Amino acid sequence: MTETAAARDPTLAAAVRRATRGQRLAAAGLVAPLVLLLVCSLCLPIASLLGRAFYDPTMADGLPRTAAALAVDTGATVPGDAAFAALGADLAADLKDDTVFRVAQYLNTILPGSRSHVLRAARGARADAPYTRESLLAADPFWGEPDTWFIIRSGVKPFTSTYLLAAIDLQWLPTGGIGPVPPGQGIYRLIFLRTFLIAAAVTAITLVLGFPLAWLLATLPGTVASRLIMLVLLPFWTSILVRTAAWTVLLQKFGLLNDLLLWLGVTSGRMEFMYNRTGLLIAMTHIQLPFTLLPIYSVMRTIDPSQMRAAYSLGARPVSAFLRVYLPQVMPGVMGGCLLTFILCLGYFITPALVGGTADQLISNFISDYINVDLNWPMAASLSFILLGATLTLSLLFARLVGGGRVRIF
Amino acid sequence: MKPIMTIAAAALAAALLATLPAAADEITITSAGGAWQQAQHSAWYQPFADKMGIKFNEEESTDGPARVQAMQQAHNVTLDLVTVESAGAIQFCDSGVLVRLDYSKIADRGSFLPGAAQDCSVGLDVYGNVLAYDTSVTKDGPTSVLALFDTKRWPGKRALRKVANANLEWALMADGVPPDQVYKVLATPAGVDRAFAKLDTIKGDIIWWTAGAQPPQLLASHEVVMTTAWNGRIQNPIDKEKKPFQIAWDNQIVEYDMVAIPKGAPHIDLAYKYLAYISQPENNGRLGQFIPYGPVVPAAAKFVPAETLAKLPTAPEHLKLYLVVNVEFWGDHGEALGKRFNAWLAK
Amino acid sequence: MLLSPYATLLDRVRVFALLAFCGVVLAFLVLPIFVPVPLSVNAEAFFTFPLAGFSWRWYDEVLNSTQWREAIWHSLVIAIGATLLSTTLGTLAAVGLNSPRLPARRAILAILMAPLVVPVVITAVGAYLFYARLGLASTFTGIILAHAGVGSPFVVVTVSASLTHFDDALFRAALICGARPLTAFRRVMLPLILPGVLSGAAFAFVGSFDELVISMFLASAQQRTLPMQMYVGLREHLSPAITAAATLMMSLSIVLLIVADRLRSRR
Repeated sequence: MTETAAARDPTLAAAVRRATRGQRLAAAGLVAPLVLLLVCSLCLPIASLLGRAFYDPTMADGLPRTAAALAVDTGATVPGDAAFAALGADLAADLKDDTVFRVAQYLNTILPGSRSHVLRAARGARADAPYTRESLLAADPFWGEPDTWFIIRSGVKPFTSTYLLAAIDLQWLPTGGIGPVPPGQGIYRLIFLRTFLIAAAVTAITLVLGFPLAWLLATLPGTVASRLIMLVLLPFWTSILVRTAAWTVLLQKFGLLNDLLLWLGVTSGRMEFMYNRTGLLIAMTHIQLPFTLLPIYSVMRTIDPSQMRAAYSLGARPVSAFLRVYLPQVMPGVMGGCLLTFILCLGYFITPALVGGTADQLISNFISDYINVDLNWPMAASLSFILLGATLTLSLLFARLVGGGRVRIF
Repeated sequence: MKPIMTIAAAALAAALLATLPAAADEITITSAGGAWQQAQHSAWYQPFADKMGIKFNEEESTDGPARVQAMQQAHNVTLDLVTVESAGAIQFCDSGVLVRLDYSKIADRGSFLPGAAQDCSVGLDVYGNVLAYDTSVTKDGPTSVLALFDTKRWPGKRALRKVANANLEWALMADGVPPDQVYKVLATPAGVDRAFAKLDTIKGDIIWWTAGAQPPQLLASHEVVMTTAWNGRIQNPIDKEKKPFQIAWDNQIVEYDMVAIPKGAPHIDLAYKYLAYISQPENNGRLGQFIPYGPVVPAAAKFVPAETLAKLPTAPEHLKLYLVVNVEFWGDHGEALGKRFNAWLAK
Repeated sequence: MLLSPYATLLDRVRVFALLAFCGVVLAFLVLPIFVPVPLSVNAEAFFTFPLAGFSWRWYDEVLNSTQWREAIWHSLVIAIGATLLSTTLGTLAAVGLNSPRLPARRAILAILMAPLVVPVVITAVGAYLFYARLGLASTFTGIILAHAGVGSPFVVVTVSASLTHFDDALFRAALICGARPLTAFRRVMLPLILPGVLSGAAFAFVGSFDELVISMFLASAQQRTLPMQMYVGLREHLSPAITAAATLMMSLSIVLLIVADRLRSRR
């Protein structure tokens, strides 16, 4: 009421603003500590991680003299003596303070096998007789390859789009322009596709399993339903590790599931469920089912059962009453539950690592491996960038469809 | 919230943090877990910690050196010691991950078995890469590791470790290369192709293991008919759980476990003291009480319990046909063959 | 409810089929959780049925070995610290969000809810690289901060939900009667929203106690948590001690679930 009056009268609006300034400050002050915590523990770390997707100072830090020499060297491919002398000085300095391995590692990731060339050149560099183009080329023809210098030239520029392109299987070509990476090397599109397909499959399975159960829970009388809801919530409150350990026991070749299937006569031999796609889908479905089910359930509870009775009494057949009266009203819950599960599946990490096989590792597993095993942090950052982009886009869609805070999660 | 409650909460939080063990003198190791780590714990970690009056923290990881590298890149090294396989020892030394050791702080370099005292790492024990099976599942079991490749006589899934080393050597030996020629052949591109071609013949029957504790579990759950394994991981369930497991020793690959100090280790002096401690003969031999791995210091042999001697990979009846891993070969070719192996896996 | 008064045989069959289907789905949800229980008292050192005999040895290992005990203790410290922090800040934020005068509401909501949707690996890797520079990696403080951030949305959501039932007039009345805002909050508002605060806290606690990915990146051996110990157990040791730990953790979950449910029904 005040708002509309204020909208019509600017001086009144100003007066209202003044009068409510204290309230606004109080509200902001109450929210501020948590916002600060989240900015420090979430936003800044993520921003600094994503920054690494574009910024990689390894080569610029490791080869500062070479970078300066290349900046004035106008040649297109292999540079002149100055750059070779600078390279020798850089590598010798890096060897002394133990950073030459970073340069070697950088080149080795792009050109497999170049580590030993870098280390050899570093060990052979002498202060009294700097490298010339001829002397280094005579020692190791690797330094005469246009590819080597193409990588060094692009590497010494700390701002790069190389990794982000690589995350979608593209690269800068030595000839200029962007093109696909050599066949056999591009894997990320496949991994993203795999992650999306598994997320979609889990979403679909949880919907098929969860929808009837949600309907039953919403239809049963309150006391029975609240007991059953506890059963749905129990797995939700149980550690993912506990559940993964349980599935390991159940799914192994001589595990309970195989015993059960054999006993029932469904199968004649023992099936492989662990360390493959089947096991991963089963375990992920188990973990995600409550996430899909609960939003659907919370919308279904708000629907008055008399509507369906009204539809019946007006002569609608059950199927058409369901499709035309019930389903449209529960759609927000269905979309919300499915989207929630889909988003969460995109970020799965523990379950694929423990239950999946080598061909079932999802994008998060690759991010983790790039940090911990392959030590290619810009690549991890680039993959994170794309994963986060996809997740946030879907989350916005989710917020638009269901609105925040309306989902009953426990 | 009540100011008093806020203060109480803060005080509680502070008290909780204060009651955590003080980080005075401690040392942290990452090792490959399972029965082997338990044996190290009993033989070395605990006695050393007691002797020095310090706390010994343990981590388990099968890629310890890679973990160290990630820590170094993040400038957050929390490890003082890391166990490495001899196949990776030279490679990680050359990559600048490990401290070049000053043997004057450890022991006389000549007191070790040949190859056990490397520039960046010290040998811990001698173990065998062997084949194992469950006699209740695989009747008429094999006596040689090369049975892996005989899917006619022993059909069914077999478990192999998901790494290039050992598997490539076995593939060549199964393809008819005599043990003393294996590394010569494997150094040629044609030899590598030959090894992978041999592995191709059983690729569909392989279950890959990564942690040393998996082989006994795979046997116990009857998941496989045979598995490659580290001998101690099989012997322990035979002795302690009375499992009907059997080891095939012929064509075993004998190897050292090594330990190293990561660059940037926060307690480097203690780490050196630990290396010196385990290199003393009476300590080095003590591991044999807990797991059948042999000492790397010849003088330690008399400290190994008599009943363990017959179970060691170096017992005379286990050395009828064997190969000693060539550390230098893997130092030179480890990275390239590892890449090739991963590409082969992904196909 | 399920059957109309005029149900035909076909309707009855349909309802029976639905009940059977839902029974199977519920069994799928619940039964696997109890699988570790029998294995935890198995006398044998492997994850296999049938059981070889009864033994408490795995509980003995979990409750008496230094590694497991330290891990449980670390997890408790971290979870309590993170719960205190996220509950306090989350409750304050929910009260602030409840005010219609809050500026930039949408942006604030986006930040507050972000931990729910950002894939946890990204949070973990980001925190690892960022905290390492600040010297906070491999410290309890760092892990508590990260866990508190991830757990806070649950507190905000539950407290906001209980605030929708809170009549602002009560708060204003207290102010008019001369109470200072803090007193009014403590004496009038807090008692009424307490169930929401406590169930949010329960959620934050469980979330932190179970959290693995962030701990894996941020913690070193000195801060190793119970889930880390279990993860290592699953990957490297394969000792049935994991099933004993799983049973203990599950019991804790059941207790907390019942507590949260009681609180909710009081609301």
